[in-house]
Amino acid sequence: MSTQYNVIGTRPIRHDGADKVTGRALYGADIQLAGLLHGAILRSPHAHARIKRIDTSKAEALAGVKAVATAADLPESGEKIVDLGEGATPLSYIRGNVLASGKALYRGHAIAGVAATSQHIAEEAAGLIEVEYEVLPCALTAPDAMRDGAPILHEDLHTKEFGETTGKVSNVADHFRFQIGNAEQGFEEADLIVEREFHTATVHQGYIEPQNATVLWNNDGRVQVWTSTQGSFAVRDTTACILDLPVAQVKVTPMEIGGGFGGKIPVYLEPVAAVLSKKSGRPVKIVMSRKDVFEGTGPTPGSFIRVKIGAKRDGTFTAAQGYLAYEAGAYPGAMVGPGAMCVFAAYDIPNVTVDGFDVVVNKPSTAAYRAPGATNAAFATETVVDEIAEKLGIDPVDLRLKNAAKEGTKRADGPKYRRIGCVEVLEAIKASAHYNAPLGGPNRGRGVGIGFWFNAGLPSSCTISVNADGSVNLVEGSTDIGGTRTSIAMQAAEVLGITAEQVHPSVVDTDSVGFTGVTGGSRTTFATGWAAYEAAQDVMRQMKERAAKLWETDASEVKAEGGVFSANGKRMTFAELAARIGETGGPIVGRGAVNPRGVGGSFSGVIADVEVDPETGKTQIVRFTSIQDVGKAIHPAYVEGQMQGGSVQGIGWALNEEYYMDESGTMRNSSLLDYRMPTTLDLPMIETIIVEVPNPGHPFGVRGVGEANIVPPPGAIANAIYRAAGVRLRTLPMKPSTVMEAIWAK
Amino acid sequence: MERKVHVQTTINGEAAEFLCEPRQSLLECLREILSLTGTKEGCNDGNCGACTVTMDGRIVTSCLVLGVEAQGSEITTIEGVARGNELHPLQKAFLEEAALQCGICTPGFIVAAKTLLDQEPHPTEERIRWWLANNLCRCTGYDKIVKAVQKAAAEVNQ
Ligand code: FES
Ligand code: FES
Repeated sequence: MSTQYNVIGTRPIRHDGADKVTGRALYGADIQLAGLLHGAILRSPHAHARIKRIDTSKAEALAGVKAVATAADLPESGEKIVDLGEGATPLSYIRGNVLASGKALYRGHAIAGVAATSQHIAEEAAGLIEVEYEVLPCALTAPDAMRDGAPILHEDLHTKEFGETTGKVSNVADHFRFQIGNAEQGFEEADLIVEREFHTATVHQGYIEPQNATVLWNNDGRVQVWTSTQGSFAVRDTTACILDLPVAQVKVTPMEIGGGFGGKIPVYLEPVAAVLSKKSGRPVKIVMSRKDVFEGTGPTPGSFIRVKIGAKRDGTFTAAQGYLAYEAGAYPGAMVGPGAMCVFAAYDIPNVTVDGFDVVVNKPSTAAYRAPGATNAAFATETVVDEIAEKLGIDPVDLRLKNAAKEGTKRADGPKYRRIGCVEVLEAIKASAHYNAPLGGPNRGRGVGIGFWFNAGLPSSCTISVNADGSVNLVEGSTDIGGTRTSIAMQAAEVLGITAEQVHPSVVDTDSVGFTGVTGGSRTTFATGWAAYEAAQDVMRQMKERAAKLWETDASEVKAEGGVFSANGKRMTFAELAARIGETGGPIVGRGAVNPRGVGGSFSGVIADVEVDPETGKTQIVRFTSIQDVGKAIHPAYVEGQMQGGSVQGIGWALNEEYYMDESGTMRNSSLLDYRMPTTLDLPMIETIIVEVPNPGHPFGVRGVGEANIVPPPGAIANAIYRAAGVRLRTLPMKPSTVMEAIWAK
Repeated sequence: MERKVHVQTTINGEAAEFLCEPRQSLLECLREILSLTGTKEGCNDGNCGACTVTMDGRIVTSCLVLGVEAQGSEITTIEGVARGNELHPLQKAFLEEAALQCGICTPGFIVAAKTLLDQEPHPTEERIRWWLANNLCRCTGYDKIVKAVQKAAAEVNQ
């Protein structure tokens, strides 16, 4: 299969490599400008409080302070509803999260911003701002917030039920249902029904680079932004919207970005820095502290989930029912929709009902995190499936194979799958050396799990211009978080018949390239790669015309293969022809602008071996394999890297990570010491098995690789812990105390 | 504002001097005063390792060192790892093994790993994992980082 390609499937060195191993690459916080001011944000110390008065006079009087901003400095949002790519949302929510007005809805909610001549002065000044709060009771979990009489976050939030506004004011923004077949009847046909409840904690994306933004509100009224973001156009449009400016009055230059995982899609600092710049007449840079990142940016929802599955004695699933209540944080928009679509997505079940609840709570407004919503849901489903396998005496992989989703399977939310690789992933698990190896020690157990993620399409733009030396320059708008400059350049190189190194990719600002959606949804190699493919095809059409001109023939006579043009016995390499474009009509620029439909979902699987210390409850991962159908691996090393990275985030989510909140809504572990992400010492090597079931909807068969890999680890690890220690855990994280309590309760 | 202090030090083999406030960290001095922005900030409290530099041959998290403490010492940052135009074997290995994704942790990892290889030419996987446990990477799951260090160790010893 891979033999048909010259570039795709190889492992070239990334184009931005030298810059990134020498410290030359410029990330958002690295920018230095003449007259630059430094900013700091004052944040609410209360999880829920009415803001009665803000007095900034002392801060303004401090030497070195050049500007102070509060919500009063932002244009009123009124009743405006905007769609900035994540569905229709009241502008007041987006604006309100940037600077609180009226109420602080979570501890860490931004109240005011300060710009000063140094970071230290800005922080000092923020501490001098006086805010009078009326502290209100808070609701911190979905079940709490859904209770009658719970403290209400938004007095104007009317619950939507099954698509209709009910007029009822509550913390439930939305209750929806997906349904196929008749679950009740399906359960009647079952010989075995397992129903369990699950709780998962709020966790953070944990990118190492804190959010940052530098803004110059220029004297001509143009607003220039430099920031580390997953989507420069998303920043442009959101910032313009909040500041009530025409979109193109804002220009966003994406700096290198130090991780995002979904968390660097929302806008936090840009509008504040813009207002401070306008007031001071100087560029303003704001960089979050780690505490700000934990308390002020979107983590992923904590959740309460109930899953019920019915099966016949032979293992056939007859019905499934899900109840998913996800914490949106301060504003509606928990990723419960995708969670509910994914909860049974790996299985072909005729009768399914899923209820989803989007619940606001007094925690930071949640953001996407790698396959958002799916990991919580799969933890529940994969644990229940494992229990059914055990009770029926069927191998857990065989049980999954028996019920695996395939081409034609209808998901509970409606769509029928096109060609997918769920069965192939399960077969790869079964055939793997790992699955067939002995466990090799006491207190050990092996668990498996699978998961699904849709992947996204969204618009992307790209241009390619031909250089006289036979190389090309490729301009694109997708910020590069993990080597996508290269995976995109490789697709262009494949079409052009040149090497990856002969393509010079650049990620440019929003003035310099067509609209491009966020680097997220596993879409960049898929969609921007597709735009590059189109741009390269456009170049090839023009190159053929030039060859035809030289050879005095018709362009349709010119063939191109492996970088060589030929017609009527004449031949020219790409480079030879490139050298003559000047004399044959001038520059060649190819363009590609796509909004692709043929998105191919990705299935993944995990085999996890754990050892549980019966004295302390500590779980050690001793062996771990990630399996994923990626469609086509453009750059296999970066595909493996995505699988390993997603796996380890899933391991952290499973075993350690959580927002440890006290009753007042204060996160008590808001440092990287106490919010314990996996380190080198916690892990073995992460084995990978790349499965390639080409996506018929993409020219090279790409599905996308970034997300599905985080979905199965918590379920697989829970199942492994059960086999190691004899306890079924239904709460994340499965930290030592949770494990010990379960062992004691046995 | 407090009076600034004059600090004389050696950075990447060259004499360097700067004026800093007593409260400024070495990380801040490197980045904001000396424009050596290759050293990154991930937490500013010693827990991520992105700001790792060496001070008189020992690795330190520069966010936990004051600029004034650099007086008279020898500092090496990521900008001093390559020899002229030639990448250090670790830098090459990081590229060949795809040991970086976003790259924000990479300077810290390379500086820390170089210190290990300078002292111990044949570290085991366990030793590498132990040595690098203060450096967080959220993108890679560490697999390819550990392999890159192993590969560089083999090359350094050729
Ligand atoms: S910035 Fe110094 S250890 Fe994180
Ligand atoms: S490569 Fe992104 S944190 Fe390590």
